[in-house]
Amino acid sequence: MDRAQHAIERPLLREPDSVSRPTPLSPALVYIGTLLQRSAAIFVVALIWEIAPRLGLVEPAFLPPLSEVLTTGWELIQNGQLMSHLAASLQRSLFGFSMAILFAVPMGLAIGSSRRVEGFLFPLFEALRNTPALALLPVFILILGIGESSKNALVIYACSWPILLNTISGVRGVDPLLIKSARTMGVTRLDMLRKVVLPAALPTVFTGIRLAGANSLLALVAAEMVGATAGLGYLIQYSQYNFKIPHMYVGILAITVVGLVFARVLQWIERRFTAWKAD
Amino acid sequence: MTAKIEFQKVSKTFQVRNSTEFTAIDEISLEVKTGEFMCIVGPSGCGKSTLLDLLAGLTMPSSGQILLDGRPIKGPALDRGIVFQQYALFPWRSALGNVEFGLETKGVPEKQRRAAAREYLALVGLSGFEDRYPHELSGGMKQRVAIARSLAYDPEVLMMDEPFAALDAQTRETLQSELLSIWERSKKTIIFITHGIDEAVYLGQRVAVMTSRPGRIKHIVDVPSDLRQSDDDVRSLPEFGRLRHEVWTLLREEVLKAQQQERRHKLGTPSIAPEAVIHG
Repeated sequence: MDRAQHAIERPLLREPDSVSRPTPLSPALVYIGTLLQRSAAIFVVALIWEIAPRLGLVEPAFLPPLSEVLTTGWELIQNGQLMSHLAASLQRSLFGFSMAILFAVPMGLAIGSSRRVEGFLFPLFEALRNTPALALLPVFILILGIGESSKNALVIYACSWPILLNTISGVRGVDPLLIKSARTMGVTRLDMLRKVVLPAALPTVFTGIRLAGANSLLALVAAEMVGATAGLGYLIQYSQYNFKIPHMYVGILAITVVGLVFARVLQWIERRFTAWKAD
Repeated sequence: MTAKIEFQKVSKTFQVRNSTEFTAIDEISLEVKTGEFMCIVGPSGCGKSTLLDLLAGLTMPSSGQILLDGRPIKGPALDRGIVFQQYALFPWRSALGNVEFGLETKGVPEKQRRAAAREYLALVGLSGFEDRYPHELSGGMKQRVAIARSLAYDPEVLMMDEPFAALDAQTRETLQSELLSIWERSKKTIIFITHGIDEAVYLGQRVAVMTSRPGRIKHIVDVPSDLRQSDDDVRSLPEFGRLRHEVWTLLREEVLKAQQQERRHKLGTPSIAPEAVIHG
């Protein structure tokens, strides 16, 4: 579950301690060294991807060599196709993601700060959360049609749960002594939420936001595979139907890069917001 | 001197698991004078913290009333500041930000607030640490920040709930003497709760000894003012030893009683003393 998950997740996501070596290397060299070290496995896989189809170990029609995929990617960048798909996808995922934050954080604060409301709603949320968003895609399409609204709705739905549940659990986990201390200083209810509960819950809220970031891409690709005319999910699906296999891989790689960048940006924002935390 | 705080037959009972009532404090009457330094000692679980919660206005007495300047306490307000044993600093705020907290609630404009916060951090000897976050400060420093935070919004009464209990001996002694000098300068009324008999006799003008559960005031020991005027190592004076022993003797009976209660509680019989049932 989320609570356990973020407990394990944190140390894994943290950067390894900066490399300390006896020989005084310039920081740039050290950085490049670390980069090489950390991307070694990626290089190996890339190399296998390049060589295996060429040696006939796998069917090149199904898995074209990486260089061919990258060449196709470059073409798609140059003729603007990749950008338009990328833009469509980013627009949808960022919109859904931000809407989910705007909706789920205040909602979580409100629910989490009332024990009664929380006790009443939490079981329902537990059940709903375990209904995979993708299972609801047909329902969204049925109600909202095949256009943008059903895609946005799906992304919002998929992003909201982790944010909402983590915000609630973050609010519940606020040190009661801090609340007590703020109360003795006569803060208003709103200030209590704004100045004490929200900042105290923020690290947990961010765990939810990070999970939501991953969810947003998952929901997005799935939504775009069904009745879209643009977007990376559409590119992947459409290319496969038309047997433009390198195109398909370009789409897959592009979504991976988007996911990585997304995760990185979120991590950066999280660190800026929770800089006060002890390591 | 007039009474700053008046506890008038204050009792506090809690409902424990629907049926049993638990009397935390029982008909406490106590007067604290304006500008007085009052220490309260008692065995653990005697309701010392409940007493502070009541005075802070965080909970209301079950019976009796607490007057501050002759007016009953209705809830928490900035005329009373509280310093907790566990500091209760906001970890996302710098030392300065923490000290500013109460001033924000008070509605002090930002510039003045910042200046005041700096001043109070300087008062507790933390100039140069304004931008540190709590996790970057030692226990003693955190408690200094907490004291500065409570002093900054200028409460009339400062309540301290075993503020130095978590500190090492040297830091504790330093903070004790600093607290005394702050008190002498600021003329605040201080109610200081502690486990430490030495601490109570060293700091307090009067030391109130509480009984074990249900908490009552057993006896109040006066600490003569000439004792605290001495520049010497006060703790080594015979008079200090005598007072210390007096408080110790009073407290010891209560500690033993509390331990018996605990044992009885473990054996399954109700831990509430018979008198409590009558009053409850």
